[in-house]
Amino acid sequence: MKAAFSKAELESDIASRFGDVFKLHEKTTVETLSTGVDEIDTLTGGLPRGAISEFFGPASSGRTSLMYAMLAYATAHEETCALVDTNDVFAPTTAAAAGIDFDRLLWVRCAGNLEHAFKAADLLLHAGGFGLVILDLGDVAGKDARRIISSWWYRFRRTVEDRPTVLTVISEEACTRSCAALTLELQGAAEWSRANSEKSKVLPMRKLAPAIQPLITPGNLLRHNAIKVSRQRPLSPWVNESQFRAANF
Amino acid sequence: MFACIFAPQLPADLSLPEFAYGFSPLVEEVRTGTVVIDVDGCELLFGSPYQLAREVSERAKKSRTEGGLESSVSVAIAANPDAAVHAASNLQGITFVLPGEELTCTGEFPVDALDYSLINLEKKVVNEILETLRLWGVRSFAEFASLPVAGVSERLGQSGIKLQQLAAGKTERHLKVKQPAPVFAHSLELEHAITELEPLSFIFARLLHQLCAALNAYALATNEVCASLQLEGQTTHERKLSLPYPMRDHKVLLKLLLLDAEMHPPQAAVKSVSIACEPVKPRVLQNGLFVPLAPAPDKLELTLARLAKLVGEENIGSPTLLDTHRPDAFSMKRFTLVTNPARRKRRQIGSRQLAIGNQKCLGFRMFRSPLRAIVQADQGWPTQVSAWGKQRSVYGKVVNVAGPWRTTGDWWRDDRWARDEWDVTLERSGQQTLYRIYRELKSENWFVEGNYD
Repeated sequence: MKAAFSKAELESDIASRFGDVFKLHEKTTVETLSTGVDEIDTLTGGLPRGAISEFFGPASSGRTSLMYAMLAYATAHEETCALVDTNDVFAPTTAAAAGIDFDRLLWVRCAGNLEHAFKAADLLLHAGGFGLVILDLGDVAGKDARRIISSWWYRFRRTVEDRPTVLTVISEEACTRSCAALTLELQGAAEWSRANSEKSKVLPMRKLAPAIQPLITPGNLLRHNAIKVSRQRPLSPWVNESQFRAANF
Repeated sequence: MFACIFAPQLPADLSLPEFAYGFSPLVEEVRTGTVVIDVDGCELLFGSPYQLAREVSERAKKSRTEGGLESSVSVAIAANPDAAVHAASNLQGITFVLPGEELTCTGEFPVDALDYSLINLEKKVVNEILETLRLWGVRSFAEFASLPVAGVSERLGQSGIKLQQLAAGKTERHLKVKQPAPVFAHSLELEHAITELEPLSFIFARLLHQLCAALNAYALATNEVCASLQLEGQTTHERKLSLPYPMRDHKVLLKLLLLDAEMHPPQAAVKSVSIACEPVKPRVLQNGLFVPLAPAPDKLELTLARLAKLVGEENIGSPTLLDTHRPDAFSMKRFTLVTNPARRKRRQIGSRQLAIGNQKCLGFRMFRSPLRAIVQADQGWPTQVSAWGKQRSVYGKVVNVAGPWRTTGDWWRDDRWARDEWDVTLERSGQQTLYRIYRELKSENWFVEGNYD
């Protein structure tokens, strides 16, 4: 009687009975979706499809500007997008100025209900066919974000794994733990191109666009961002943690 | 053999085809008041064709409650349907035309009585032929039928040949059988009233299965399903599902109907259920090879219905800007996929150009509703802002400021708006954040509208 089995014999025996169910799933190529910002695409290679990407940073660090750029790029390239807006902060007038095609955007307003936001994201991911799903937790306090149980993130990661969907999470603090394939930390802040240096000097009126066009034209603010790649798993190994400054996005 | 029933004095509320279905399922409605039925195989029910004609004539005289027409009809039986039509139209009572002897009966009819619509000829062509026949001295069916075929063909063409065959009762055609209109509505009366949704789902499933089977049989789909529930207390609960794409999958329709019933439950026990749908042609779509994947329409509809149940119907959809300068003016519309390739391409080009032109757009997070703020000001300039809400709080020292920008509008309405906007940088614990604050001119209250991000 044979007392010991080699590993290869065991594996072949299992494979003959159960197929390749124990074989690790290997990803050969990673398809990406551009963020719409050349500097970030150069740095990261784009947003990996079938994975979670996370952008976190404090308020006014450029998370929403980046989200608009992503949505504008994706909708312009015929991707069907969904935005799960946890705190109902999406501003359509500003978003239209960013070039987002609303006909390709499904906006889900959750009125501050975190549980609804996660259930809505889960429904959207299971529906399939969405190119970009954004879960906006930008106004969720850090202590609440840290309380989100890990099983949600594992569930999301598992759901998008075999789909060409990019799930992007926007938050104030990193909360997806190890489930995100790409984590970007935003550290920038908007700068003033012109301000009232002297209080007696009044700035001119905002230039109003035609009514159907968005009203907001913040001509006195200039975007100036710094983005740090905190973690990046499935992409090229030569992309190291780095920091850069990207003006005017 | 064919029987033609001619009823010129038919009351408007009676249907001659319905009457004819009582004798044969193969019925052609030639025109209003004239039908042709195929009586082959009816011998066991009605006896000889002549007995059938008598039965038709007698039943037509009966009252409508007994299935009659309350009027006398002319009936003609012939081996040729067109000969039967001519005989019934021109002779009153019952006429029996022996096979091969059509001209014995119809030969004396004037050529003007030829019903050219039976052979799909144009009136102008027929008038020319009839004028020619009049010049030749041809007056009756028999005289026209006796003309040599070759000569008619040379002088009058194929239309003349067809007209001559019609006069001779020798046309060859099949009956254009009138199909009864399909009904896409089913209802079920319940022995015991239902008070819960779960047993109601089984009723829905059964009715929808029947409806979808009927739609499938006619190669149709539906884009509107109406469910009508008769409730206790003689009230009716009606719900209408409007689908953006035609579909006929009973499982999807059942889920949509159940989700709708959960969101809008009936207010009393259900006594009977009726479901009707609007039949439309199914959607045929050829996607491009390089078009990105989009959600399947049925799955998308289910997802939207589930999301509507979760967050409310008014909270999902696509935003649409309103034609106004009012801040944060938008409306929500139903989310549907763009499927028209030309429209898609046009939108794509337009939005791409827009995206390129607006890459410098600064993101803005709108606080809904705006935070009521306490603002300390120095000679009208904000120096300190404090605002607390349920979800967020904003406070800090103003380190940079731009403004004010005064915007007003809709002064002729009760909900007019007028305000001074400021962009401010607030510093709190070393962290600087950009906000937009405004002062309502009417109430002179300060609000934080949102932050730039």
